[in-house]
Amino acid sequence: MSDDRIVPVTMPKWGLSMRLGKITDWIVAEGDEVSAGDDLADIETDKIAGTLEAGAGGTVRRIIARVGEDVPVSGTIALLAPADVSDGDLDAAVEQARAVIEAGVADDGSAEPVVETAEADGRQIRYARAGQDGDAVLLIHGYGGDRNSWLFLQEPLAAGRRVYALDLPGHGTSTKDVGDGSVDLLADAVLAVLDAIEPSGTSVHLVGHSLGGAVAAAVAARDPGRVRSLTLIAPAGFGAEINAGYLRGFAEAQTRRELKPVVAQLFADENLVTRQLVDDLLAYKRLDGVDAALRALLGTLLVADADAQRIDTTTAIAALGDAVPVTVIWGSADRIIPAAQADLVKGAVRRHLIDGAGHMPQMERPAQVQSAIEAAIAEST
Amino acid sequence: MARNITYREALNEALTQEMERDESVIVMGEDNAGGEGAPGEHDAWGGVLGVTKGLYHKFPGRVLDTPISESAFIGAAIGAATAGMRPVAELMFVDFMGVCFDQIYNQAAKFRYMFGGKAVTPVVIRTMYGAGLRAAAQHSQCLYPLFTHIPGLKVVLPATPYDAKGLMIQAIRDNDPVLFFEHKALYDLSGPVPEESYALPFGEANVVREGGDVTIVAMGRMVHTSLEAAEQLAAGGVQCEVVDLRTTSPLDEDTVLESVEGTGRLVVVDEANPRCSMATDISALVARKAFGSLQAPIEMVTAPHTPVPFSGALEDLYIPDAQRVVNAVKTVAEYAR
Repeated sequence: MSDDRIVPVTMPKWGLSMRLGKITDWIVAEGDEVSAGDDLADIETDKIAGTLEAGAGGTVRRIIARVGEDVPVSGTIALLAPADVSDGDLDAAVEQARAVIEAGVADDGSAEPVVETAEADGRQIRYARAGQDGDAVLLIHGYGGDRNSWLFLQEPLAAGRRVYALDLPGHGTSTKDVGDGSVDLLADAVLAVLDAIEPSGTSVHLVGHSLGGAVAAAVAARDPGRVRSLTLIAPAGFGAEINAGYLRGFAEAQTRRELKPVVAQLFADENLVTRQLVDDLLAYKRLDGVDAALRALLGTLLVADADAQRIDTTTAIAALGDAVPVTVIWGSADRIIPAAQADLVKGAVRRHLIDGAGHMPQMERPAQVQSAIEAAIAEST
Repeated sequence: MARNITYREALNEALTQEMERDESVIVMGEDNAGGEGAPGEHDAWGGVLGVTKGLYHKFPGRVLDTPISESAFIGAAIGAATAGMRPVAELMFVDFMGVCFDQIYNQAAKFRYMFGGKAVTPVVIRTMYGAGLRAAAQHSQCLYPLFTHIPGLKVVLPATPYDAKGLMIQAIRDNDPVLFFEHKALYDLSGPVPEESYALPFGEANVVREGGDVTIVAMGRMVHTSLEAAEQLAAGGVQCEVVDLRTTSPLDEDTVLESVEGTGRLVVVDEANPRCSMATDISALVARKAFGSLQAPIEMVTAPHTPVPFSGALEDLYIPDAQRVVNAVKTVAEYAR
């Protein structure tokens, strides 16, 4: 009855706690041809708004979920199929999908993610896992971020892998004290999480964004045997140039009015800066100890009284030689650290320039970042 | 990490964390520890609705039961604040403030001013307000407009557990006298609250719902009434922006004005009696400073100008409900010159 040439488009799972998503706009219509990576629909959850990209190409034959409708995660929202698939087969698939949408999800709280804790030099480092078996991947966020920076990627990467996202010291739910705020201290925290998730010392794939990229490189330089591959997204420390106004503005902003225009610089598409995103950042900044942590880390990122980067990540990468394969991902419209810095690191580095993305390509173009990370992982094994 | 706790638990956690952080923080009030006839160590009451429960044993000597003599213990708390302590005094129901009003408005509120800025009075006066508990005319009032009127006092009305904790921590750390209003009907309200300590600044209203058609300004319990109305109205195509003032003194004028500049229409929802209230205050603010943006006369939804009735049927009619807010929003949305 069902035709296996019918490809369902499903509600993505953005973040460990997401259970429902709402279509706010269909960008494609029935009859449209789409290619992998094309924008399909705008989707909103209680936490975030984002755009769903096509995972595969084909003809949109049926749009199932209506605008404004809540759909359970992994529920089918549209069907792709070649023109010769019969309407009868499509209608049967639509009927099944509608039943799933109408059943909704039971509110049993089972979607609460399991958060675990590692200890590094007296600091509590929190991390969350997606996936049960397979290679371990550890995601390291940037300055002022937390494990939710990987909202769109952690679950999708976890097919056949264990994907961990941590909160660096001073961030998220980890201890807020960052001591001297050095990259070494942050690397210690990452190594403590590595010991917890791979007690046997097996190597893992590290993915770091911005400051987290510099930290990932420092971990690899210190202990190359623990790192199978290194993927750096818009990493700190490749060159001197950086948007110091953004960094100082983020550290100093006290109100929503001050914070919103600062955060907007992170994205190429400023519509992604929702009220919820700004509120969540403000709630984080108001936790006791965060102000001091952000100021200490500012001293790590920037040369005092100058608008230049202080971190040097290139030396760490040069020292790795070919012991660890390195991939660099950058958004072409990055307004924090210019994408041209991708070329400042020498050697056999794989580079992906993501067209039209800002400093947060993992949020603006998650499907492309996912395939780049998966390529880096595949290459290393 | 944030987990769901009640408004009551959020307040208790704020008190606990501040008492741990700062030895000068003390708690005092009627039945804050043992209650009548108990020596204290039973920790039987924890305040009349249990907000301070458990603190007596955690902080020996720092949770004080007081006699039923508000004029004495509110005065003692204010005096202790001028001498370096950070007391959190519980004036059980705000209706009782009449007997200790001089200590609050003529003493605490004036010290910083009269001593040329050299004196600080870091006292928090916690108090319950609001109707809905069948507690009649002397235990149900919303007297926050009286305190908002007086320069030198800060007035706080949290609507959610998250705000209750962050505003209480700010109140304790603040160097001025703070009147902290807790609505009796909100104590069991549950919501996400970080385990860690955080302070929410005063004078920052919260836009709890975005919408482009009508601005609703509310505070305390009325924030929830307004949100309920906004959901009903959205089904009919009217999108309301709901602004929770959070503090009435200091007042975040900018957020109110910016919202009305966007919508052109205003409904103020205030559980207090209508004369000289937050409803009239916000209406006057908008009429003066955003007159050019208004596309309809301002509507106010308030209690009537009467005492709170004891009759349950009448009390239910007395408290502004979602239907009255819906009607007021429709009036301003459908207004045509």
